[in-house]
Amino acid sequence: METITDKKIEELKIKANNIRKSIVEMLYLAKSGHTAGALGMADIFTYLYFEGLKHNPENPYWSERDRLILSNGHICPVLYASMAHSGYFKIEELKTLRKFGSRLQGHPHREFLPMLETSSGPLGEGLSQAVGMAIVSHMDNMIDKKIYCVVGDGELDEGQNWEGVMLASKEKLNNLILIVNRNYIQIDGSTEIIMPLGNVLSKFKEFNWNGEQIDGNDFTQINHAFYNAKNNKEKPYVIVANTIPSKGVPEWEGNYKWHGIAPNKEEMEMALKELDKNYA
Amino acid sequence: MLNQNLKLNTKIFNSDVEKKSTRQGFGEGLLQAGIESENVIGLCADLVESVKMNIFADKFPKRFIEVGIAEQNLASVASGMAAMDKIPFIASYAIFNPGRNWEQIRTTICYNNQNVKIIGSHAGLSVGPDGGSHQMLEDIALTRVLPNMIVISPCDTKEAKKATIAIAKTKNPSYLRCARNDTPTITTDETPFEIGKAQIVWQPENGLAQVGIIATGPILYNAIVSAKQLEKEGIKIKVMNLSTIKPLDIQAIVALAKETKNIITIEDHQIIGGMGSAVAECLAEHYPTHIEFIGVKDQFGQTGTPEELAKYYKIDTESIIEVIRKLTI
Repeated sequence: METITDKKIEELKIKANNIRKSIVEMLYLAKSGHTAGALGMADIFTYLYFEGLKHNPENPYWSERDRLILSNGHICPVLYASMAHSGYFKIEELKTLRKFGSRLQGHPHREFLPMLETSSGPLGEGLSQAVGMAIVSHMDNMIDKKIYCVVGDGELDEGQNWEGVMLASKEKLNNLILIVNRNYIQIDGSTEIIMPLGNVLSKFKEFNWNGEQIDGNDFTQINHAFYNAKNNKEKPYVIVANTIPSKGVPEWEGNYKWHGIAPNKEEMEMALKELDKNYA
Repeated sequence: MLNQNLKLNTKIFNSDVEKKSTRQGFGEGLLQAGIESENVIGLCADLVESVKMNIFADKFPKRFIEVGIAEQNLASVASGMAAMDKIPFIASYAIFNPGRNWEQIRTTICYNNQNVKIIGSHAGLSVGPDGGSHQMLEDIALTRVLPNMIVISPCDTKEAKKATIAIAKTKNPSYLRCARNDTPTITTDETPFEIGKAQIVWQPENGLAQVGIIATGPILYNAIVSAKQLEKEGIKIKVMNLSTIKPLDIQAIVALAKETKNIITIEDHQIIGGMGSAVAECLAEHYPTHIEFIGVKDQFGQTGTPEELAKYYKIDTESIIEVIRKLTI
């Protein structure tokens, strides 16, 4: 849909808030993991799993499904939580994150959770896999099948991304939709200090992609961008989503130190209280 | 004598023995695999003719993807295609594939257990004049260490063709090691090939062998020639073609060690981590046996003809004979 109703937005906001609460709880129980990116991307994942993706949680291997590749595997708490909340498995299982024997490995691993589209963790490899999937969809005349890929902005330091970017435009992969989580942080600090990326959207346009930049924590803008992306012709499409790291927990928002750590008990309780304020 | 149960090439010792490269065998095998299954896809990184993927690409242009000089992308794009039930073959020089893109192969292919076939051409010193930068001597080590991976190093063009067709029918990530140069055709179309099965290609006319040579790749020819020469001196040798390095044919290797008590491994690869190491791991556990390792000794290569290099790095026939003589004195 080109437009989204206020009622639908309200529903999505409540789901995203619940997913954020799950993320905080599971990271607290795991005692390690990546908080900032997972919370920042909760709105986009909520949108994908409850509105954007063609998928069927009761039949994860449905051959007609869209594919979603999470390239920056470290933000997997948001992937697992979105999958659980949309019905792929029980929400209770989220508590097993990073525990021995869990299907919810510290970084996604298909051997443990085969319904994942790929394993990830080492950065810079997801887009190439999505490109391979999009090429196959073209070969088999299945371009209704959309191939989504999520990458982090810091991850774009990896040169392999740009190899994938070039192949995608060469092959005119109009069924490929890349979401760049533009939150300006990476482990060691600001992306613009560690390795300046500058204008990400213009870089993609130079490589002959279509795309747009949005507020990745605003459902109206998210919805519009995905509408444009799905109806895009002839070129791959990038959505550069500006998100706030740790969105939803004001004390943590924007602080790169939350990239790679998990909350302790006190911090977890504080965060849940903040999130509860939104939807008591 | 040649083990003719395997229907080997009887003209192998003639001066006009047919010579063809293993990369050519791969190219012909890929064409056949492509005819047999429409899911077979070819991907290349700007070396289509060099790695003989042009044979497939000319016949099936819509199933061929040129990714440019980008081997990391090559490996991961193939992983994505395999996730969509295709059987992608990715080919480049071994130094780049699996050299440049090893971590992509580990994570996106082996860790995901995706059905991607990795073809490393121009492996070994036999690349010759291109020099050490292009002489891949570490690829067996790099690939055999990866879980889920099959590793095959065919001895000639015909075995390379059969191996290509065979790996297309498995579900495993697979590595096929090919070489640039035309080398003698040891096998025939009738010689059986099965992944994971070693073959005794040379054996004494009668009685037990006192030395067991295990070779992989086209250098198997040097082993056979050495064995033939020493037969005249009464040295009884068995030569094994260990084309599948993983999974290893433990039973055949142990049987050879039990019979000969003396094993020599021969490969155009670093001794560290290579086929000989795989044999040593096997025998240390199952039947500790003295082993002599013939291969490159922790060095890089250099420019030269394949013959000059084989001699300098002591993997030529004379060097093999010398090692066997010392062992049997």
